[in-house]
Amino acid sequence: MTVADSVSSVRAGERRRSARSLRTRESAVMAGLTFCGAFSVLTTITIVVVLSVQMLRFFGMEEVSVVEFFTTSQWNPLLGKEKHFGIWSLVSGTLLVTAVAMLLALPLGLITAVYLSEYSPRGVRAFLKPTLEVLAGIPTVVYGFFALTVITPGLKFFHEGFNVYNAFSAGIAVGILCLPTVSSLAEDALQAVPRALREGAYSLGATKFDVSVKVVLPAALSGIVSAVLLAVARAIGETMIVALAAGSMPRLTVDPRQEVQTMTGFMVQMALGDVSNFDVEYMSMYAVAAVLFVMTLLLTLVGGQIRKRFRETYT
Amino acid sequence: MSTAVSDTRPGQNAAPRSAAMRRNLDRWFLIFCVVTAFTSVAILALLLGAILLQGMPQMSWAFLSNPPSRDTTQAGIMPALFGTIWVCGACALCTLPVGVATAVLLEEFKPSGRLTRPIHSFIQVNITNLAGVPSVVYGIIGLTAFVSMFGILGSTSDPVFELGVSYYDQFLSEDDRVLLVPVAGRNAPPTPVEEGLVAIIRDKAFRVHVIGDRDPLPDDKRLQAVTLREGAEAGRISRKSWYYLQLPFGRGVFAGALTLMLVVLPIVIISSQEALRAVPASLREAGLGLGATRWQVVWNVTLPSAIPGIMTGSILAMSRAIGEAAPVLIIAGIVFIASPPGHLMDDFSVMPLQVYNWAQRPQAEFHSIAATGIIVLLAILLTFNIFAVWLRQKFQKTMS
Repeated sequence: MTVADSVSSVRAGERRRSARSLRTRESAVMAGLTFCGAFSVLTTITIVVVLSVQMLRFFGMEEVSVVEFFTTSQWNPLLGKEKHFGIWSLVSGTLLVTAVAMLLALPLGLITAVYLSEYSPRGVRAFLKPTLEVLAGIPTVVYGFFALTVITPGLKFFHEGFNVYNAFSAGIAVGILCLPTVSSLAEDALQAVPRALREGAYSLGATKFDVSVKVVLPAALSGIVSAVLLAVARAIGETMIVALAAGSMPRLTVDPRQEVQTMTGFMVQMALGDVSNFDVEYMSMYAVAAVLFVMTLLLTLVGGQIRKRFRETYT
Repeated sequence: MSTAVSDTRPGQNAAPRSAAMRRNLDRWFLIFCVVTAFTSVAILALLLGAILLQGMPQMSWAFLSNPPSRDTTQAGIMPALFGTIWVCGACALCTLPVGVATAVLLEEFKPSGRLTRPIHSFIQVNITNLAGVPSVVYGIIGLTAFVSMFGILGSTSDPVFELGVSYYDQFLSEDDRVLLVPVAGRNAPPTPVEEGLVAIIRDKAFRVHVIGDRDPLPDDKRLQAVTLREGAEAGRISRKSWYYLQLPFGRGVFAGALTLMLVVLPIVIISSQEALRAVPASLREAGLGLGATRWQVVWNVTLPSAIPGIMTGSILAMSRAIGEAAPVLIIAGIVFIASPPGHLMDDFSVMPLQVYNWAQRPQAEFHSIAATGIIVLLAILLTFNIFAVWLRQKFQKTMS
């Protein structure tokens, strides 16, 4: 007679269970849970296998060369007699949008985080935090619509040179989208800095500005860097905003007033078009997805690693 | 009190600053912070204001109950609304059990073995990384894994396995009635028109009256209704029941739901883990101390007290699924959908996709109804969020 038996017999109206049936159930449950846990591993394996197999098939096609794909910047899979697959024009479009987004999201997000963590009275915080949560919860297609119908006309009002579709407008919208990510992750990092550091600085006569900018911010630097990397990953993978507002013209440019195409924008264009499942254009979608996946995975991995190291320092 | 910190360090080459200057800087920085922090409030106000201004005039019952249309005054969001309900409902049913089970495995069954511990931490790292994969990549994976099932089960237009469907040859009788003759399957040979053929008219079986090519029509109207000429040609149609199932899934509701499951599963797992972690260890220890097994503790102690937290996280994850457009766009594409889905393999559209469809057109009228669609979408998301916040508040009260 085990203790487990007596536990189950205490509960009135329940059948007594033998220790063996309990053990059987325990291992059955364990098997079920492990099966569910394996699902996420299976997902990763599927992603990696599908993307690499399709990418290899794409590189095996006669119109494509690996060297051209990774070194040139002419991307015209649909138009023209000669098809060219040079990923760099798509990558540059993505990086341009991401750069504009980060120019907006990083200063705004970091200063908001400093304010929330170091300055804000309780009442203001109770108002600002939900606002940021609402901003984070708005679907990206709504931001895309906002970029197209509000930001772009606004930009054109100030400067004639902006195209109807342009990288700048999409970048601003992506920046707004990333703002809550940056501010909440950075705030977590700032709050993890031990009180003792702040109190030490105050006791030396530092002002609040000195404490937040010269003590807390450097102490939380690794957490902030990881927040930035995660935000960049988010911006690179953003799809609906760039599909609506950035246009569909792959080109190598640093002028954000121009129409560009990002990697995600190209995938959407492929999904909308009537290309057959075995065409080289269709397969190029997988190659672009693989490049996108590798880029975001690297950023997430590095960001996670930096954050882990930072946690070890203070706890 | 805060005098001359910098004065006491003559060795530094930074110029000494007076206390007044530093206090001034502090004040300006605070003002700068407040202005910056409230930019986000201004952005949100501008966003909501612009959408309400553009979208409210077209808001009506007709918009909620009409299918989309080329005429913007008649266009509505009904099929997309039902599509969202179907897809996100199916997504929730698939995601929640798997997500919560994975969280329980990671939090409550931490192994101690030398072999199993690395596996455990690998699953954990893996989930964190999955959460960072762009949703459009999941769309591509869903396209391969669910829509066409790697191409090993035939094409989506000629599926290997079908359940809950019957195929008919459809004839038009001499009195313009529709006659349906059941056939064996999608690729069965065409039914020959011969005496003794039994056809279905409005769910009733009738014996078909066959006449030759040049024969005169019978006088009796009722006989005319079931009369076919010898060479009559049929069209192959199918009737699918609500439980229709095919392998591969094709570009249907279920493929969309499974793809969204991949997108939101990491979020459900991570938030459920946080909810489980918030349950005090003393509760578990009390259970274990009474001799309960690990699963008994999880089922009777930990899960019940973590349920509100799990539900809050799950609702937020579901609102992410409702707003997600990119993976669904890859799976479903943009097709004209006039009616809500009838079964899990049916073509569908969801609200964000419908909004995208309208917003990407150049005409301003379509932008206006896109804004109206966004209002409906945001209203649903807001309801979800308010419910989640209410749950969280209730939960906090009971725990303290």
